[in-house]
Amino acid sequence: MTDITPFLKELLTAPGLSGYEDPAAEIISAKWKPLVHEISRGRLGSLHGLQPGVGKSPRPSVLVAAHMDAIGLMITGCTDGFLRLTQVGGVDPRVLPGTLVTVYATGAGGRQPIPGVVVQPQSHLLPPDIGTGPVPLEYLFMDTGLPARSVADLVQVGDVVSYAQPPVELSGETISGHTLDNRASVAALTVCLEELQFRPHVWDVWAAATTQEEIGMIGVTGSTFELHPTIAIAVDVTFAKGPGANNWQTSPLGKGPTLCMGPNIHPALHKAMNDLADKLEIPYGLEYSPRHTGTDGAAMQVVAEGIPTLVVGIPLRYMHTPVEVVAIKDIQRAGRLLAEFIAGLTADFVEKITWDD
Amino acid sequence: MKQLIQKLTETFSPSGYESAICEVIRKEIKPLADKIHVDALGNLIAREGSKSRSGLKIMLAGHMDEIGLMATHIDGNGFIRFTGLGGIRLAALTGGRVRFMNGTPGVISSDRLTDLTKVPTLEQCFIDVGATSKEDCPVRVGDVCAFERPFLDLGNRMIAKSMDDRIGCAVMIEALRALKTSPHELYFVFTTQEEVGLRGATTSAFGVDPDLGLSVDVTGTGDTPKGSKMEVSLGKGPAIKVKDGGMLADPRIVDWMIRTAEKAKIPYQREVLEGGTTDARAIQMARAGVPAGCLSVPTRYVHHPSEMVDTADVENSVKLLVALLRAPVNL
Amino acid sequence: MPTIGNAQLRLLEKLCNACSVSGDEGEVRRIVLEELKGHAGDVRVDSLGNVLVTRTGSGPTTSLRAGKKRLKVMVSAHMDEVGLMLVADDGDGLFRFEIVGGIDLRQLPGKAVLVGKDHLPGVIGACPIHLTTAEERKKIIPLDTLRIDIGPGGGKAKLGDRATFATRFQRNGPVIIAKALDDRLGVVVLLELVKNAPPNIDLLAAFTVQEEIGLRGAKVAAYAFNPDLAVVVDATPANDLPSWDGEDNNSYNTKLGLGPTIYIADSVTFSDPRLVRHISEAARTENIPFQFRQPGSGGTDAGAIHKARAGIPSVSVSVPHRYSHTAASIARLDDWKNTLALLHAALRGLTPELLTPDRA
Repeated sequence: MTDITPFLKELLTAPGLSGYEDPAAEIISAKWKPLVHEISRGRLGSLHGLQPGVGKSPRPSVLVAAHMDAIGLMITGCTDGFLRLTQVGGVDPRVLPGTLVTVYATGAGGRQPIPGVVVQPQSHLLPPDIGTGPVPLEYLFMDTGLPARSVADLVQVGDVVSYAQPPVELSGETISGHTLDNRASVAALTVCLEELQFRPHVWDVWAAATTQEEIGMIGVTGSTFELHPTIAIAVDVTFAKGPGANNWQTSPLGKGPTLCMGPNIHPALHKAMNDLADKLEIPYGLEYSPRHTGTDGAAMQVVAEGIPTLVVGIPLRYMHTPVEVVAIKDIQRAGRLLAEFIAGLTADFVEKITWDD
Repeated sequence: MKQLIQKLTETFSPSGYESAICEVIRKEIKPLADKIHVDALGNLIAREGSKSRSGLKIMLAGHMDEIGLMATHIDGNGFIRFTGLGGIRLAALTGGRVRFMNGTPGVISSDRLTDLTKVPTLEQCFIDVGATSKEDCPVRVGDVCAFERPFLDLGNRMIAKSMDDRIGCAVMIEALRALKTSPHELYFVFTTQEEVGLRGATTSAFGVDPDLGLSVDVTGTGDTPKGSKMEVSLGKGPAIKVKDGGMLADPRIVDWMIRTAEKAKIPYQREVLEGGTTDARAIQMARAGVPAGCLSVPTRYVHHPSEMVDTADVENSVKLLVALLRAPVNL
Repeated sequence: MPTIGNAQLRLLEKLCNACSVSGDEGEVRRIVLEELKGHAGDVRVDSLGNVLVTRTGSGPTTSLRAGKKRLKVMVSAHMDEVGLMLVADDGDGLFRFEIVGGIDLRQLPGKAVLVGKDHLPGVIGACPIHLTTAEERKKIIPLDTLRIDIGPGGGKAKLGDRATFATRFQRNGPVIIAKALDDRLGVVVLLELVKNAPPNIDLLAAFTVQEEIGLRGAKVAAYAFNPDLAVVVDATPANDLPSWDGEDNNSYNTKLGLGPTIYIADSVTFSDPRLVRHISEAARTENIPFQFRQPGSGGTDAGAIHKARAGIPSVSVSVPHRYSHTAASIARLDDWKNTLALLHAALRGLTPELLTPDRA
């Protein structure tokens, strides 16, 4: 298995906010080109790569989706050279003060990245009821340090802002970076495509790096409708156990991907993947989702006439902060499990899926 | 155009019950469109033109419905309890006047409040139509009403209820009137039930199956005393939406709209709206996905009975929409 | 003509005592499939577990869309109930659980439950009153302190298992007391409609899943069926209790004993006015008592169905019942009988002309 870390690190340094995924899409497209037969963009910008199967036509198809968009911020205005912000996706403002960021300006200076910091004004400049408490996003600013007139010229309302934290390898073969949600899963999907290159598989495989999941699973809905797969698999990060997160919704870091179960997942598909992981001795955890999973899988399951769906999770600490952490091994295990599952799909697999009543 | 705006805003059609406004709009566009029909959810769909080689199938959406109230209970003395249709501003209820679809006028008041600094809840309010008993009350459970305020022309500004989104409908109608040629197959969709969840746009977008979608709706402003911190103001031109509370406009569409405005020398503003969304969100999610954006008319006091727009902004919105539709689209 | 008699009561008992929490509807699905045997040739289970039945009519063909087909009418009832899912094992037979669907936390302590496919008995206890303070008793017992107790050394329950209230169905004269009347009452009505399908329509019956967690089954069933119109049969709350201060109860939603409930609007759907008129006229013609549901809150599968594809005219008709989503709901036999009678009359009277004028 090739080392996925260099690709992951390259991906983690590129911006790609929801709705503005092109920089990420370019890197992923370059990586997938040698691995797939054809590459295209969906109508809402999702990247679609096809590895055709060897089975007799018409072949069933599996769509594996990992969203490539990232949360971030957007400029809403400028006060005396200090840029006002709104969130794109779910951002806890408490992790923002002091965070290094980059605004992708589109003003008079043309398109250019400008570095800066998200700053918290001194208390006397804030409403009195905030005191020393957490400061809501509407009172934080991005400061580029540039003179006010330059900022007003260079930066426009609507320009996107991404975290500027570079990826860092931590001990124990873990990596920290700001868009591991969900670039870790894109890496896992890439591992899967690499493994499948040399394994004949009956089914067509569509790999999709989807857009705007953080806004409401928007890209995947269109991709699923367009590609109309026989079964759907979503790969997304899930909550790893760590400081402040230790309850039933969390899984251990570094002990394998998670297999989700609940109303969003077809029980026969879950059982098939579960049994396979046992057989291959790939470690995994079980994740229980009493309602839908809040991932691309939630949207895929109810497109058109409904699609049997699986959700695979990669445990991640500190989700939606600039310093998310995953275990590289979990990425590789997820990729390998996906590849083995897909390679093992027989032509009549779906007919054999019944409701185990 | 002001007469049209007055006619549209003084019609009563809350979400779910758009037949009155549908008829008014249908009469306006009948001579202008190739084909008009009403679909299963009451959306009024007008098709105009056909797709040339350089053209696209474009769907425009402006919603016909307005916020309103629905009667839930008539008590023994003829007072009417109600629920809201769409985002009702509680502070704007008491003392307001309403008109039911059957023509009955009424006034909104509330239970006696012990704390006069508090705004009454929806459950504490009622409508008085002057009845004396349940039997002689001309309103029944399920009947709907909208707020009543006359249209006011201040010259450079206009005030009315339901500028959201009759102003969008007016812009679409005037654009259709002014458009001489277009390489595109155009669908002017006057949608229903936007205020309660973009329902009409959801189904009409599936039915029309466009290549590109544009909603024409109102947006807020940041130019009132101690108002929200928003860069959009009255009088600075139509707003080109980048983001709102429910969607990100396709950046290619934002660029296309800006380039078109600049080329046609039409003033415009870049818009990020923190709360609220438009039909564009629903169009975006149709079928395999539709690149979508929104042309916004800046409006003060949205969802209050007196919403205010700038006359030049409205005229420029029509100009911009015409400029967008009359030429090929290069995304 | 369909009717509610002893056979239907026995079926309702079997269905109410069955456990089918949203996403895990197997037990009710099995009963439904068994009941359908011999009554409909075209029965399939889709990828979410919906049971989709097509009963083609035999009457003359006229159509509101060009092409000589009968009116395609989708009628649906949901198979799932609200319940619980085991999510963490504390050991010693104690399990932490999550709620599936909407259940008021105050309805949980001190209840008996059934766990998993084997209906393993368990209890949700609470701290003895002797060991609580007056201050504590002023607050709700939080979900994360509640546990399902299947007894020490139990061992047969596993994470992911669903649990329901353990209430056994009871009938006492005109009254039914059971859990999951929402929507087992609707399921029996739909089964009877399928068995007695009127010949003037193509009846597309959907026994849906996952209604309680977002109308998910209905969304895909409506897309697959693509009907001309839809009628949803659900069970709706009757909040017709007296107010603490003697004042009128203005928010009763529906009332027990006044008959089937026709929806004008809830929080997710405006019923198509043409269908509301048609059904209320059928009630008046056939002398069937009915009521209109108070508009505003709640929702049914119609919320998903009417927005499918290019839009589907829809309406809901429900059986009123008290104490929805709790251990013990109460309904009246007559309301249930009249719901079935009204729906059958309404379906019999459907013609394509109903939808030719624009929606208004």
